[in-house]
Amino acid sequence: MSSGLENDSHRHAMTRRYLLGAAGLGGLALSLRGACAETVDLPLPGGPDERDITTAFPQKGAMILQRTRPPLLETPWSVFDKGVFTPNDQFYVRWHWAVIPTSVDINTFKLNVHGHVNQTVSLSLQDVLAMPQVELAAVNQCSGNSRGFFEPRVAGGEWANGAMGNAKWTGVRLKDVLDRAGVKPGAVQVRFNGLDEPVVPDAPDFKKSLAIDHARDGEVMLAYAMNGEQLPVLNGFPLRLVVPGWYATYWVKMVSDIEVLDQPDDNYWTKTAYTIPDTPRANVTPGQTGVKMIPINRMVPRSFITNVSAGATLPAAKPSLLRGIAFGGDSGVASVDVSTDGGKTWTPAQLGKDEGKYSFRQWQSQITLPSAGKYSLAVRCKNASGEAQPDTPNWNGSGFMRNVIETTNVVAS
Amino acid sequence: MSRTMFVVAFVFSAACAHLAANAAPFTLKSESVNFPDSDKTFPGPGADAINNNCLSCHSAGMVLTQPALSKDAWTAEVHKMIANYKAPIDPNDVDAIVAYLVRTKGK
Repeated sequence: MSSGLENDSHRHAMTRRYLLGAAGLGGLALSLRGACAETVDLPLPGGPDERDITTAFPQKGAMILQRTRPPLLETPWSVFDKGVFTPNDQFYVRWHWAVIPTSVDINTFKLNVHGHVNQTVSLSLQDVLAMPQVELAAVNQCSGNSRGFFEPRVAGGEWANGAMGNAKWTGVRLKDVLDRAGVKPGAVQVRFNGLDEPVVPDAPDFKKSLAIDHARDGEVMLAYAMNGEQLPVLNGFPLRLVVPGWYATYWVKMVSDIEVLDQPDDNYWTKTAYTIPDTPRANVTPGQTGVKMIPINRMVPRSFITNVSAGATLPAAKPSLLRGIAFGGDSGVASVDVSTDGGKTWTPAQLGKDEGKYSFRQWQSQITLPSAGKYSLAVRCKNASGEAQPDTPNWNGSGFMRNVIETTNVVAS
Repeated sequence: MSRTMFVVAFVFSAACAHLAANAAPFTLKSESVNFPDSDKTFPGPGADAINNNCLSCHSAGMVLTQPALSKDAWTAEVHKMIANYKAPIDPNDVDAIVAYLVRTKGK
């Protein structure tokens, strides 16, 4: 594989940038929390690399600060080595508009279901909690996760690989909620709106739609808990749509309004934003025009090494343990293979506990680097539908759907 | 009888396929939080237009961490903010905003 595939995202070299000298008295007041700010270097081609590590957001621990307002917070890479479920306080955060409620009263919150239905209903959270409870492990991944690795680079949130997370979601089936209102014949889509609002009044409110059959498939759910606790506000408290196997743009946060449509949704966020080239792997040549665009949809397989960083030194001629995570996208992980020669030869990895087909799956493999020298470690996943990660990266102007086989360069000595 | 059993078995397997439904009822409590804001501004000469027009919708940090992009790409970004996201940008400031981005983040 070419060096263009190198993924140094696991390095995340931590540095400490002392502010006292430069900040002056005003800065001193702001930085008393720690007198120093931690930063992280994301190895994005061409940079800029440096991001602050922030602990300033509610219900969140240390996060990589991509944008303060509206918040874009990336999960530090080391979190993914700790387990198959991503802790709520380090689960990544992504909002489109800056008007986000800072308080939600569970006694007055209503979930309205209306549109092409037999009767409009307005459900309290108590109503929702009283419905049959379901639980599902599923990966939530930003459409633009890993956008910062696109070459040529593209504008947008310059994420490394941490705009994803895996949680056990608890809630109710969307189908059951829709049945409360009674979907009329002729319904084509279901549109979801949350409590967040644009800063500019005539700007498009963030709404997303799913096809009616998808919405009623019994898997799409409204979650009131993740990993056994109510959702952090920044992850969509009190109710979040969970669309297993699909990119997170559909996982509308703070859902308060569900509208059944008898015509295809023509709102900006469904029709125009979050579209991909209708080509294999959403791949086009930079500058290519005239490509049909379609809404982004199901996820594709990915896998990562989590316990060895790029540039690490491993012992020569002795066994080392490689460990990581994989997910199949919209079907389960069928196999994970590991290579120590940059993808020329592959060895099956051992898969960890199966938490369900939409979950991260941990894997491990014992490798022996035969002699001192440089090695390119690679990992690849094939899903249960037979779809495998490609060995060349895709490209599109939005930086969506990266899933190339990742390579980590190490040294044996 | 056999039909009843079939229905029961089907319902049971459908439930198991996707859920570990458990009996424990879940309770929620109200939340009230505060979000931090950023007082970061675009630095250097020629930043007035971008500071005056762009910070109401988003903080400066994400723009400052963008990669180097061509003038065409920056022009398209600014016009996307106006056309798609209704950014209330003074038309007289567009050139100055693009010029700042090209000077600090151009290629």
